[in-house]
Amino acid sequence: MRKSVVAISALIACLGVPALAQQKSVKIGFISTFSGPPAVIGNDMRNSFELALDHLGRKVGGLPVEVIYEDDQQKPEVGKQKTDKLIESDHVDFIVGYIWSNVLLASLKPAIDSKTIMISSNAGPSQIAGELCSPYFFSTSWQNDQTPAAIGLYMNQKGVKSAYLVGPNYAAGKDMMAGVKATFKGKIVGEEYTRWPDQLDFSAELSKGRAAKPDAMFVFYPGAAGVQFLNQYVQAGLKNQIPLYTAFTIDETTLPRQGENALGIPGAQEWVNDLPNDANKKFVADYKAKHKASPSFYGAQSYDAALLVNSAVAAVKGDVARKADMIKAMEKADFASVRGSFRYGNNHFPIQNFYLQDVVKGPDGMPVLKTVATIVKDDQDVFHDKCTMK
Amino acid sequence: MHDEVILLFEQCLNGLQFGLLLFLLAAGLTLVFGIMDFVNLAHGSFYMLGAYFAATFAALTQSFVLSAVLALAATLAVGMAAEVIAIRKLYGRDHLDHVLGTFGLILFFNELVRLIWGPAGMNLALPPYLSTSIEILPDVYYPAYRLAVIMVALVVAFFLYIVVMRTRVGMLIRAGASNREMVSALGINIRLLYTFVFGVGAALAALAGLIQAPILTVQIGMGENILIVALVVIIIGGIGSIRGAFIAAIFVGLVDTVGRAFLPEFFRLVMTPAAASALAPALSSMLIYLLMAAVLVLRPQGFFPADGR
Amino acid sequence: MSAFFTVRSLVIGALLVFLALLPVYVATTGQFFPLTLFTRIIILALAATSLNLILGYGGMVSFGHAAYLGLGGYVVGILAKEGITSGFAQWPLVLAVCALFALVVGALCLRTRGVYFIMITLAFAQMIYYVAVGLDRYGGDDGLTIYRRSQFAGLIDLSGKVQFYYLCLALLLAAIWLVSRLVNSRFGMVIRGSRSNERRMRAIGFPVFRYQLTGFVIAGMMCGLAGALLANHTDFISPAAMHWTRSGDLIVMIVLGGIGSLFGPLIGAVMLLVLEEGLSRLTEYWQIVVGPLLLFVVVYAHGGIDGVLASLRHA
Repeated sequence: MRKSVVAISALIACLGVPALAQQKSVKIGFISTFSGPPAVIGNDMRNSFELALDHLGRKVGGLPVEVIYEDDQQKPEVGKQKTDKLIESDHVDFIVGYIWSNVLLASLKPAIDSKTIMISSNAGPSQIAGELCSPYFFSTSWQNDQTPAAIGLYMNQKGVKSAYLVGPNYAAGKDMMAGVKATFKGKIVGEEYTRWPDQLDFSAELSKGRAAKPDAMFVFYPGAAGVQFLNQYVQAGLKNQIPLYTAFTIDETTLPRQGENALGIPGAQEWVNDLPNDANKKFVADYKAKHKASPSFYGAQSYDAALLVNSAVAAVKGDVARKADMIKAMEKADFASVRGSFRYGNNHFPIQNFYLQDVVKGPDGMPVLKTVATIVKDDQDVFHDKCTMK
Repeated sequence: MHDEVILLFEQCLNGLQFGLLLFLLAAGLTLVFGIMDFVNLAHGSFYMLGAYFAATFAALTQSFVLSAVLALAATLAVGMAAEVIAIRKLYGRDHLDHVLGTFGLILFFNELVRLIWGPAGMNLALPPYLSTSIEILPDVYYPAYRLAVIMVALVVAFFLYIVVMRTRVGMLIRAGASNREMVSALGINIRLLYTFVFGVGAALAALAGLIQAPILTVQIGMGENILIVALVVIIIGGIGSIRGAFIAAIFVGLVDTVGRAFLPEFFRLVMTPAAASALAPALSSMLIYLLMAAVLVLRPQGFFPADGR
Repeated sequence: MSAFFTVRSLVIGALLVFLALLPVYVATTGQFFPLTLFTRIIILALAATSLNLILGYGGMVSFGHAAYLGLGGYVVGILAKEGITSGFAQWPLVLAVCALFALVVGALCLRTRGVYFIMITLAFAQMIYYVAVGLDRYGGDDGLTIYRRSQFAGLIDLSGKVQFYYLCLALLLAAIWLVSRLVNSRFGMVIRGSRSNERRMRAIGFPVFRYQLTGFVIAGMMCGLAGALLANHTDFISPAAMHWTRSGDLIVMIVLGGIGSLFGPLIGAVMLLVLEEGLSRLTEYWQIVVGPLLLFVVVYAHGGIDGVLASLRHA
């Protein structure tokens, strides 16, 4: 009895999905985190991607679309495994998603080797903007260093003369620190990297920060870690003593849990929910109506990724085998992005504006994010020279 | 110089707090191991359940203290149920069987929590009266909640000490740890004692879980990493010994926290900040295991073994 | 094996035939994913077989065996990153590093018994895990991508999926053969004897410690080879490969398949990973089955699948 169970399950696993006769639909693989605390981000991305497909009439470039969502569990090796599966077993035409830079870096090779077009709707490691760039890779987000670089400029504007930096010790964390240091003109009195993702107790780093007596602190902690850091920062009594400048730490997914702790703390971003273009107004309004919550920048970038895929498939009239032509079309960034129009650099990373966001009390008394100013226009990442593509 | 001393003082307090948290976890583990000779890897699951229950009850009752009490009661019940349904079938078996069976329980509890509470983790908010900082020394501020954690854990430790050393139940526990056949022969209802001890162990783990929840996290799988450290603590302290667990836990907590805080400074003299920050936590984590390995090689019974072997 | 056509030998035979012919099926249907899945199964079966030598036959419950997977993988990864991609340089170094690590760790751990042995092997595995996490240059926690697989100067191309699969299968069968020879030799008798009654073995005059340490080193080297294969298979290595829960996975495979049986680890690996793949397509919550299943096997079906098959002979 048991041997037949083994044999049958083995056979079932092997038969897999019978090969489809014709390319009658577009298959998109979507990798994000759908388990554990970061699932909040993954769900935001999935909801936004689905909303975009709804707005497109459930068709991409005129063809029906099938999306396969996979969970990377925030782990590079799992993300890579899922990427392999999407390519080899599901034969997807596009791979979209990737919250985390380390997961993206681990998953890059299988996609590039199989010539599958990969779109990152969040992670932007410096390596992929530089020496690891590939024609098959596109970003609808930013390059990691850009956002903290914008905050560095803002800190200069505010007359900050010394800063204490804290961030997580993984690919993106290192990029963020490098980004701030590239533009900030003051003195760096401390630079702390914490264990990622499991260190959620920042008492040591906050104590050291207080002891260093900086004009300000800069911090990068996405997701649940951002919630924890802010709470502990306030609990330690630092809010009125040392101002905090952030990147990717306060957003619509973390704000509900950060609440009043986040009031008055600035951050930089390429998209804020109140940007005044039509595509964005529609996106935010429809998202709020459907999900009773505000979308975050993770979602906005995923929404744009769907539009980018659509522009590619539309350009080749559904013949997704013509990858070179699709890539040419994608390079034009010819779609109505929710951040306003932008263009692509040689490394397929956007050249775009960065805005200053602040947290204020909204009309119903709850904290909301608001665009305050444009920090920098048409900003390009500093790694595009290292990319050998034209 | 003054700042460095303040920093060291704060880090020691943090280390003490972490050590006490470890003690709460290790106490239950060492009790169960000492009395029933049972290795319970699923102890971390009770830690997790305590935090989840507390977060759920807090959302319902809006009272931090009440939800803590309810969470302890709920986890006690789950612990005793687990003992009756699954754990007791493994008594008397090889330690490997305990390890494997409870490893299976870990997988089960993680999925169960995901089914019931969803994947996203939960929040446990601090009551406002604990959300502030207290000036414990001139110019030295320390979060009130962490002070409360230290005090609560010390009270529980003291209470455990009284129960184990001064009551009849405690006497049975100590007797069972050194010679369980004798205790059985004396006519004590061993089954009931076992179920009770297991339940209390689970409740202690739950207390640790819900205490750290406002500072750290309530999420699936949160028990695994700290469980390993708790196991290290009881090995160093000596299996079955509450006193050993206390001393070892404080020691490990201090080494880990102070090490993580000050080793990067030391390494930064020779390498980049990123590399220093990768190596320092790695090394201070390694320190704990090195310590355990040294103890096992030199004093295999730990420093304060419960039985006189 | 006294009777050749027992239920158990038929099942194992069928499994081996299936594994041998899988690439043919894959070539005809063009579905490469099953080949990827079974390559991974075979590599992990090799790791589990190595652990079974000391755990199943020798009674040494090492909870840190995944460390060798990591060591083997990192030797390949680090050398590849530094420009040395020749398999002839990498793989012997893999064996040497693992042998050395096993020698040192074994010498220290084998002085303890029971749960202390479990804990101290776990401790050493965690230590090497944290060393890998601290290796900033080689990715640390983020892991290391391997851009070129081990090169064997045209003898065999590891990037060819079918060639690589047959190489792994050949190495697994060689390992099982080696284990069977070891276990049935004098060396094996001492190891197995020490498992049931160590004092008696010592009384008879065998230097038990030396034999156990040798077994430990052989198992470590075999698992290191599996690690090198794994790194080549996934083009990637990270500290996660040697986390203690991965050692737990190996032990689960052995227990499910049958402790102390030659083909138990292979059966266990097939069952666990196929179950994982199959169940995960049906429901997101598949893991809720694995936990109780494991508990059930531990409590009621102690010999694992192999034990069940063997007992069918008497049915």
